Amino acid sequence: MNNPVLEASKLCKTFGSLVAVQDVSIDIHKDEIHAVIGPNGAGKSTLISQICGSLSSDKGSVFLLGKDITNLPTEKRAFLGIGRTFQISALAKEDTVLENAILGSVGASGKHWRFFNPVLKNSILRDEAECCLELVGLKDLINLKTATLSHGQLRLLEVAIALTLKPKVFIMDEPMAGLGSDGTKQLTEFLDKLRERAPILLVEHDMDAVFALANRITVLDYGRVIASDKASSIKKDPEVQKAYLGEG
Amino acid sequence: MIKERHLNIFVLGLLIFVPIFAYWNDQPFTITLMTRAVIFAIAAVGLNLALGTGGFISFGHAAFFGLGGYVMGILAWHSQNYVTLVEWPILIEGTKSMPIIWIITIAASALLAAIIGMISLKTTGVYFIMITLAFAQMMYYFSTSWSAYGGEDGLSIYVRNNFPGLNTLDPIQFFSICCVILLIVLFFMGRLIKSPFGLALNASRQSRQRIEAVGFDFHKLQLTAFILSGAITGLSGALFADLNRFVSPSMFSWQLSGEFIVFIIIGGVGRLFGPVIGALIFVWLEHLIGGVSDYWHIFLGFILLAIVLFGKGGIIGLLCQEDAQHE
Repeated sequence: MNNPVLEASKLCKTFGSLVAVQDVSIDIHKDEIHAVIGPNGAGKSTLISQICGSLSSDKGSVFLLGKDITNLPTEKRAFLGIGRTFQISALAKEDTVLENAILGSVGASGKHWRFFNPVLKNSILRDEAECCLELVGLKDLINLKTATLSHGQLRLLEVAIALTLKPKVFIMDEPMAGLGSDGTKQLTEFLDKLRERAPILLVEHDMDAVFALANRITVLDYGRVIASDKASSIKKDPEVQKAYLGEG
Repeated sequence: MIKERHLNIFVLGLLIFVPIFAYWNDQPFTITLMTRAVIFAIAAVGLNLALGTGGFISFGHAAFFGLGGYVMGILAWHSQNYVTLVEWPILIEGTKSMPIIWIITIAASALLAAIIGMISLKTTGVYFIMITLAFAQMMYYFSTSWSAYGGEDGLSIYVRNNFPGLNTLDPIQFFSICCVILLIVLFFMGRLIKSPFGLALNASRQSRQRIEAVGFDFHKLQLTAFILSGAITGLSGALFADLNRFVSPSMFSWQLSGEFIVFIIIGGVGRLFGPVIGALIFVWLEHLIGGVSDYWHIFLGFILLAIVLFGKGGIIGLLCQEDAQHE
């Protein structure tokens, strides 16, 4: 098999006496969706923060396309190709949808220190942002204030911004959270196609979506990996059923 | 309800035509009052970049204002008294030339802002407010004890500094200089807040996570904004000292830092013309009500209270409709 796009090896994180993540290794290959599931408090969000750089790791390392990014700050990791969406929308709510998306285009272009020319009149950046908004179906709302969007639209905007970064890998923290059944179905179809652009590390509670999408699944419990395998095998794993899936 | 752009044009008109009418009617005092308002407006436009767009409340911008004043005062004092400023390793003389003073002021203020910013931007919220205040107070007490340049008494400059081709002692000509500088600052600020940098700074106030997730260095953004902000406020300090032909430690006082914040709140936080409107209203209120009662700050207090309670966006927020769909 090829080298993984993203590889985290033996990550550890403790908060005081609480072991949040213990020796977790995970890798994501081209064209795949790798889902991370586990009960609340299993360490999923901590793991994501360690991979994205908002939390430092006590031990272990993270590699992106073979490059060691363990000690890089969040923004450098983002620039190198980690496109993250947040569990709780982190958006500039007072700005328009387009402004939020174009921020991603600017960030990815590396032209951060331009002080004079209006960013919205830059047709290259604007086209990129509009193109990504069109992909997620927000094209008609580009001039609305972000605060006026519905919850589902905010989730889509998060994805659109991640798209503008042209990342090497997507890291998505519960993109379906709070979506209705229609929204979940739409987003599931969208992510299914998205894996061709870049592989996805998906943390998700919606099991239907996870089993519909994931090529591989890693199950966390109490900060440890209790199983990691192809989606079809995970369903049958007795330990997983006990810890998480109940009777399935 | 009116459009914000129309209000801005109206304010610009006031700025330009009130002094011209005063000139025709031979009221130099009105011109001086407008000059004062314009200089305060420049200071507050500078602060607004940090406070309004960046969202970090500096309660120590008088540090830059006072520094600008002292840069002007020291250079002009050496020049008028024919004392060299530095003799070794290179000979540096004082100067009475405004453009040179401005350039040195901007450089010095930017340097001071870089130092203060690097330390204080590690904190947020109340701690940031306090640490910036502490820096300004340090400058204040340093200036009161620096007897070589007047200590508590400050420095008097007999004649206003020179600007090529103009008689700067003529109120209308000095007003024109200050007004043109304000317009230039407003023009660049208007471009800045729409530029990639401005967009990112504005977003960084609303979500640090977002700005880092798209690859921006949060601290560099804030520090750059703080340096630009300090440099602009510093420049206004040099103009203020020139207006009064006098600089004293009171230019470093925390009351002044507070007044800059008040200008912004009156006019509208984060609005391009907010500080301009705030400074105009403040200076005129100070003049009109201050003439009636020594306790004019009480009335200012009521006005502030009303604005904070009823109009979060300041005067601009009260008068202009929220444009949900801007271009």
